[in-house]
Amino acid sequence: MIRIVELHKSFRENHVLRGVNLEIAKGETRVICGQSGSGKSVLIKTLIGLMKPDRGQIWVDGVEITSLSEEELFKIRRKFGLLFQNAALFDSLTVEENVRFGLERYTNLSPAEIQRRVKEALELVGLRGVEKLMPHELSGGMKKRVGLARAIAYRPQIILYDEPSTGIDPIRADAINDLIIAMKKEIGVTSIVITHDMVSAYKVADRISMLYQGKIIATGTPDEIRKTVNPIVRQFITGSAVGPIKEY
Amino acid sequence: MNRGKGWLEPLFVFLENLGEIGLLTWKTLKNIFRPPWEKSIFIQQLEEIGVRSLPVVSLTAAFGGLVFGLQTYIGFHRYVGPGSEAYGGPIISLGLSKELIPILVGLMVAGRVGSAMTAEIGTMKITEQIDALFSLGADPNKYLVVPRTVAAFFMLPCLTLYGDVIGMLGGFVYNIMIMGVNSSIYLKNTLLYFELWDLITGLIKASIFGLIIALVGCWQGLKAEGGAAGVGRATTRSVVISSIVILMVNFFLSKVLPASLSQ
Repeated sequence: MIRIVELHKSFRENHVLRGVNLEIAKGETRVICGQSGSGKSVLIKTLIGLMKPDRGQIWVDGVEITSLSEEELFKIRRKFGLLFQNAALFDSLTVEENVRFGLERYTNLSPAEIQRRVKEALELVGLRGVEKLMPHELSGGMKKRVGLARAIAYRPQIILYDEPSTGIDPIRADAINDLIIAMKKEIGVTSIVITHDMVSAYKVADRISMLYQGKIIATGTPDEIRKTVNPIVRQFITGSAVGPIKEY
Repeated sequence: MNRGKGWLEPLFVFLENLGEIGLLTWKTLKNIFRPPWEKSIFIQQLEEIGVRSLPVVSLTAAFGGLVFGLQTYIGFHRYVGPGSEAYGGPIISLGLSKELIPILVGLMVAGRVGSAMTAEIGTMKITEQIDALFSLGADPNKYLVVPRTVAAFFMLPCLTLYGDVIGMLGGFVYNIMIMGVNSSIYLKNTLLYFELWDLITGLIKASIFGLIIALVGCWQGLKAEGGAAGVGRATTRSVVISSIVILMVNFFLSKVLPASLSQ
């Protein structure tokens, strides 16, 4: 479903992605882990066409998207739902308006059906009675859940989660993990989860890939990653300051 | 070699900026005719640009009219002679409607609305809300730039027309009510020599100023980076660029647009 081939992306002298190769099957939940600043967010922003790669190819459902026009990219992006690290809710719109944003503009659904979908998406993320609130009236965890409701209301085929558990308490973080699992079971979506939280990664992933120095250096099931002998991956998953990773 | 590049850098930056704003203008003009249309944002912007600018336009137009009336009175009194001040009516009306009011309205709206556009869009940019629009398959140009540009295009002439009335009243009040100029000669001359085209010229200019304010405001907002300080810098740039461009474009429009349709 998604195939990334030799992807490169630089910001001036900073060569962030240095030939990423990745293949993600339909319906799979793939966790991409790595240190802060390793280029995980750049990878998903490139994947959804928010950033243009310098080199390489990205295939989504058989379509190579790096060469598409802006207009064609807008259509491809509607296959994706993206949960931003800081939720990125539209702060001039209410919770309800945020969630219904894509539905209202890019579907032919009736107002009643849109209303139903909004309610359903908010219930799925465990929120009730917040429809009329503005984003600044919500806690960090609630914002994140509204962001998720907005991403799933459109019923995308692929959901990208950028650090879903960052900035929220462990209980809420686990509730988000359960939601990621529920999305896969109930909607059958393909998920890409960017995180450095290994507890979360082991729980939600079908497979885990580690991004290090701009490349995917290991891929495996949660069990395979736990038992890996790769010293870089070991150092990362055990959270040790001692080991081959020196830049932190 | 490096030194040469350093010298040419401002030129490259200028050309790059020109390219960016040109591209934004082209995209906006194309998107105006493509659905979905953001009606609620358009109406919101009509209110923001038009209704909420009325107090500031009222004040600037009134005092602009008063001071223009004052200087015209002095000019006639000094150079033509006492009693000739009543001939100032058409000059005040022409000067206000063709030049002073469109410029004043343009500069006021650039300061009040253009800066707000940059600050709002810039904040959306640095908080990833623009990326969120892209991720939902929405074009930020259609959602943010088009409604603001169209609203500014229509509201600036409305504000200018309103400012013309207030400004002319200011000139009338100074000459007739304060300085005791003969009102019937003042009004007769104004109606005789002031043409509808003079008014229309100012409104055409105002529409173009509206486009400049909205496009520059949105452009600077969309390219804002570097946190709150970056948004602040973009906001300042937006007002400065809009104001300078308005003054420059005004001169060329004054030169290009015919002085009178009856000529």
